[in-house]
Parts: sequence; C-alpha cells; structure tokens
Amino acid sequence: MIQQVTEKIKQWCPQAEVETAGETVVSVPADKLEDVCRKLHDDTDEPMDYMRDLVGVDHGEGVLGVYYLLESTRTGGRVMLRAEAKGGEENPLLPSVCRIWKTAEIKEREAFDFFGIRFTGHPDMRRLFLREDWKGYPLRKDYDMDSNPLELTSEVNADVTEEFNLRPDGTLERRENVVFNPDDFVVNIGPQHPSTHGALRMRTSLEGETVKHIDPVLGYIHRGIEKMNESLTYPQTLAFTDRLDYLSAHQNRHALCMCIEQAAGIEVTERVQYIRTIMDELQRIASHLLFYSCLVMDMGALTPFFYGFREREMILDIFEETTGGRLIQNYNVIGGVQADIHPTFVQKVKEFTKHMREIIHEYHEIFTGSVIARNRLKQMGLLSREDAISLATTGGTGRASGWANDVRKHHPYALYDKVDFKEIVYTHGDSWDRYMVRMDEILESCAIIDQLIDNIPEGEFRVKVKPVLKLPEGVFTASVESSRGEFGVFLVSRGDKSPYRLHYRSTGLPLVHAMDTVCRGNKIADLIAIGGTLDFVIPDIDR
Amino acid sequence: MEMKHRKLPTTKDMRPEEFKNNDYLLRMAEELNRDGAGIVLGTLDDLINWGRSNSVWSLALGTSCCAIEFMALGAARYDMARFGFEVTRNSPRQADLLMVLGTINYRMAPVLKRLYDQMAEPKYVIAVGGCTISGGPFRKSYYVVNGIDKIVPVDVYIPGCPPRPEALFYGMMQLQRKIKMERFLGKRDRNEVPQGLMENKEEKA
Ligand code: SF4
Repeated sequence: MIQQVTEKIKQWCPQAEVETAGETVVSVPADKLEDVCRKLHDDTDEPMDYMRDLVGVDHGEGVLGVYYLLESTRTGGRVMLRAEAKGGEENPLLPSVCRIWKTAEIKEREAFDFFGIRFTGHPDMRRLFLREDWKGYPLRKDYDMDSNPLELTSEVNADVTEEFNLRPDGTLERRENVVFNPDDFVVNIGPQHPSTHGALRMRTSLEGETVKHIDPVLGYIHRGIEKMNESLTYPQTLAFTDRLDYLSAHQNRHALCMCIEQAAGIEVTERVQYIRTIMDELQRIASHLLFYSCLVMDMGALTPFFYGFREREMILDIFEETTGGRLIQNYNVIGGVQADIHPTFVQKVKEFTKHMREIIHEYHEIFTGSVIARNRLKQMGLLSREDAISLATTGGTGRASGWANDVRKHHPYALYDKVDFKEIVYTHGDSWDRYMVRMDEILESCAIIDQLIDNIPEGEFRVKVKPVLKLPEGVFTASVESSRGEFGVFLVSRGDKSPYRLHYRSTGLPLVHAMDTVCRGNKIADLIAIGGTLDFVIPDIDR
Repeated sequence: MEMKHRKLPTTKDMRPEEFKNNDYLLRMAEELNRDGAGIVLGTLDDLINWGRSNSVWSLALGTSCCAIEFMALGAARYDMARFGFEVTRNSPRQADLLMVLGTINYRMAPVLKRLYDQMAEPKYVIAVGGCTISGGPFRKSYYVVNGIDKIVPVDVYIPGCPPRPEALFYGMMQLQRKIKMERFLGKRDRNEVPQGLMENKEEKA
C-alpha cells in the first residue's frame, strides 16, 4: 500500500526521495511540498484527509526539517513526508499547509515556537507555548538552556499577528493580521479558572452574549518534556509519559514502550499483552468516569461528581495493588511490565466490571435524563465530520461527529484485533453526542476486559532488556487510542542511547484548537460545558 | 499467648518508628502560653485559631496531575470536609490558603505571584508534589520553576509525585497546627520576600 502512495508522489514530483531507515519517509523538496500535499489530500482513491501530526526536527548543521504524518480516513493508509526548510538557520522557511488541513494552523505554530521555522502563507505566526518575549528556539540543538531568566511579570499579549508570504522574486513580504480589534469585547478566561481542567487560558471575544472568536493562549503548563527527552536514556524517558495526560497514563506509556520495542526488535510475551490491554481499558474507564464527574460539576451538579469518584476509586485500588501507584503508575516498561499482577487482580477486576454494569443506570438517572442536561447539551457546540477530520479531533470528539477513528479498530495493537468490541460512533456532533460516546465506551471497555480477564496466559511478565538500550538509526512511530484520542510517539534515532528527537502527538492540542470552531455562535454560558465535553487535559497539550 | 507484631516495612528514607506527628509542637505552645500569654488575649487567640484552623478555605491552583489527587480528597472516600477543608474558593480574595498543585513554569510564575499578592492576610501556601518543591521530574527543563519558594513563601511542603491523599491530609493538618500556634491578635512574623527572590535581585543589580 505504501508503495502505491510513494509511486504516486514520485510521479507528481520526480525529485522525491524515499528513505527506509525505520519507517518509510518520502522526502519532498520545499517548493514542491504544497503541491504534493494538495494532490495527496484531493486524491480520489486514497485521499489523505487526516493530518495526524506535524513534527519539527533539527537535523543539525543548520538544517531544520518538518515531518508530516498523514492518514486516509477512507482506507486507513498512512504516509510520512519530510521537507527541509530553506534559508538555513537564520531564516528557515517552509510553505504552510494550513489551507489543506486546518490542524496545521496550530501545529505549525508549535514548530515555529520550538524551531523558529516560519511558514509562508500561515495567517498567524505567533509563538504558541513559550512567552511572547522568549528568546531563542529551545528545541534547536544549539539552544542555550540558561538564556532566559525567570520573570515575575507577565508579558503583554499582542492583539496583532504576522503573516509572511514569498514574493515571486524570492523576497519575503510581511503582513499584519488582527487577532482582536480595539473595539472587540474580549473576556479573558483562565489560566486560573476552575473549569478549564488545568492551566488553560482562552481570550474570548463576544458579540453580546455570543462567542465571536476564541484565541487559546497555551503554555501555562509547558514543561519542555521533548527537550529533556533528548538527554535521557530510553528507559528514563518513560517516566514523563505518565505525566503528560495523567488520565491516560497507561496508554501513553504503552505507546512509547511499543515504539521502542518495535525499534529494538523486542518481542513481549502474550501475558504482557493481556495485562497491558486490560490496564489500558481500566484506565479508559477511570478517565471517562472522571470526565463525567468534571462535566457535571462544571454544569453545576455536585452529587454525580461523587458517583463518578466512587467507582473510580475502585479502579485506583486495583491499580494500586498491582502497580503501587494510584494516579501515576509507572507500570509499563520496555519489554513488559514492572511487576506481575497481584493475586487478587483477576477477581477484583471481575467484580468491578460486574459492579460497573449494574450501577451505570444511576449515572443516567441522576444526570442523563435530566431536563437541564438535555437542554444544555443537545444541539450545542456543533462540529461537522469534515471539520472534525480537518481539525484532527480524534477520540470521542471525532466519533461523536461521525468520524470512525478508533486506533484500536483501524490500526490494532496489543490484543485489540482478538477481542470483539463495537466502535461507538454518533452522528450529530453536538455536546450531547460527545457525552454519550464516553458513557457508552465505559460499557464497551467492560466488555473488552471481560473477554480477556479469564484467559490471561502464564508466562514472563517482563523479558530481559539491557538497561542502556541503543536503537538502530531511523524514524519510528507508534500510536494508541488513549482515553481521549490518538496518542502518538514519533522517535528519531541516530543509534545512540538517547533519542535524537522524541515527540508526542498530543491528543488535546487539536481539541483546544477546535474550541474556536465549535464554540463560535454559541452563548458564553455554554462555553464551559462545551469545553467539558471536548475533554482535554492541559499538560498533555503543552507537554 | 503473646500476640505477634506485624513486621514493620523497611524503607530507605525514614523508618516508621522515627515518624513524628509534630503534635508536641502544640503541647509546647500550650505550655509557653500558659506562662506568658495574657489571659484574655491568649484565650481569645486560642478560640479564634481553633476556628481558623478548622475552616481553612483554599484556592486550589491546580495546574496538573497533583490536582487530580486533590479532587479525590474532595470526593466521598477521603472527604476532606472532616477537617474543614472542603470549601475551595476560586477567587484569591476569599481564600486563606493557596494550594499549589502541579508544575509551575515560567509562564505561570507571574500568575502565581499575582494570585498570592491578591490574597488577604493571614494567608498560607502549601506546595504539593515534587514539581512545586524543586521542579520534580522536570528540574532540568528550560521552562520549569525549580521550586515555588523562589516566588512565594511556603508554609508546608508535601512531597510525592503525586502525594497520596493521606500525605495531603498530613500536610494539611500540619498547617492546622501551625495556625493553632500563631498569635492572631498581634503581629504576625512572616517573611514577605522569599529568599530566593532576594538573591536573584542582588545578582541582577
Ligand atoms: S509532582 Fe508529579 S504528580 Fe505532581 S504535578 Fe509534578 S509530575 Fe505531576
């Protein structure tokens, strides 16, 4: 399949080169990039309409590059492109693809923030995570780590932004675009706001009560994980994954372990696959329960909050017995899991799924059926299927808009091709459907667990792996379905004991980016409820 | 027959028998007060502090993981209402306690400082989790503040990543002890400018 795509690209652009170290990457010259992307997107047999990720890499010696990870929602085929920025270190330039995939709007800003690559034609070239007065680009290899001291005053956020376009003679034209007009009524929400689920800030302009535009200001919990990864050994990098989206701790770590195992050619035992899959699903239930608790609390109901936490504590107990951690478990390791399951694990999990099935009607009775919930969720915050794909809002949010995007179904890993489960898809794309997707998924996860729990085979829970691991040269990726979408790992190895670049696909970044599209035209009072149903976790966005 | 004691767990850092609950501090304060404090003011102080320490309203500045454990504290199983902590305020003007839950980075630092400044005296700060104490796992990052005591004075540190709910309780109860020992009617002795900041300023000058 991948051959067909590369053949096609070669036809359109004969200079394209195919690199096969690790995964197949098609490298395209910068001036042909937009053209190739457009053709891939508009292809009739296999339209690459979903941009999974856009990752910047500093190749060293002044060469900055960007990887484009594309997927077709029709066939599930994937392809990875690479382009090198023109203009060297001083003035790296690449054409923007944000008119083809909307999600590139925010991803290109990330690449600009970290690497200083400017995308021509992008309407909003501002920094994304770092302070607007930050000096330097931290993910470049020659970045001086002490170049910016701690300031105790906030910078002023500019109301205008820049756009750069290439003139035919090769010179650069700078244009100023307006984010907010002086007479816009702008309400600042966050970063210290109880309902933004972390340190998120949204500058929101209003027309009366109606939301006109949302400008998310991110980076209040940016921790520089991707930079730190580059100076850690592979087993050390695992610890950060739990702390990204801590409600998907198992799944995130699963993805990284899978990626490293694949690259190093380590085969894990059947027992490990069982344990990992069960843990992933337990984690998903715990996360969805917290989603429920938070959503209802944001909407002003307190009692259901206690319901959600009551069952969630049961899962945390199960986690704790086996892994020693409640919220952050540090359980998956390269080659297996940290410790074997607790003797009572099987019995407790079985008790839990049974209990969950019997009790979920309480959740629906107290909240789902209520008039307030219906009025505040139905037909609110509409997101069409096209927008969902273009904005790359994976997970429950995409599935509520009719986009079947479950990685477990379409690119199965671990044991997901052996179990029988439904992919929950709704079609209206409103807050209500986003809520229902998650509630239904709780039961689906119970079903998956039930199929596995009695059959955990005997075997090693961990294969021996050298503590200092060297991966072969190349590009490696892995993706899993985390509690709130596709979590991806992108790893560039140069054969060392630490990664050359290790990037994570944030599940939440596209969701926050979608806030503008989803909330526009809705009342400000519904903004929090809509944000609640999108279900993002901020540390995972900021990384 | 003699009952067999369960073997105590061995840990690298602190042995269970070394664990002190710090309640001796309260006894000490009581003794001192008996000799020195004025009867009227002293008794009034006790009364006020009893009230204050059992109704600490917190501003939960939850930026990441640790905040979720704090939420668990609010739910039925751990139920912090037992200690008078259940009211969390979302405005600094109404809070006595700033709970810092989660990593504080260079963008958030000014916000944290501002929230602290906006709170009315008497005010307290609890630093929860490795991140707030020293930067925790992200100590080497270019963007993470290595300890919030560089920005605001901290009363109680609760280590862990994240701390267990029990640890959170223990830390919060330490704060209660601290409050109980204070003289409310009279001047409070607090270091308004944290040391780290002073050093920074001197360096710059
Ligand atoms: S101390 Fe650990 S759990 Fe707490 S915020 Fe930091 S990384 Fe998260």
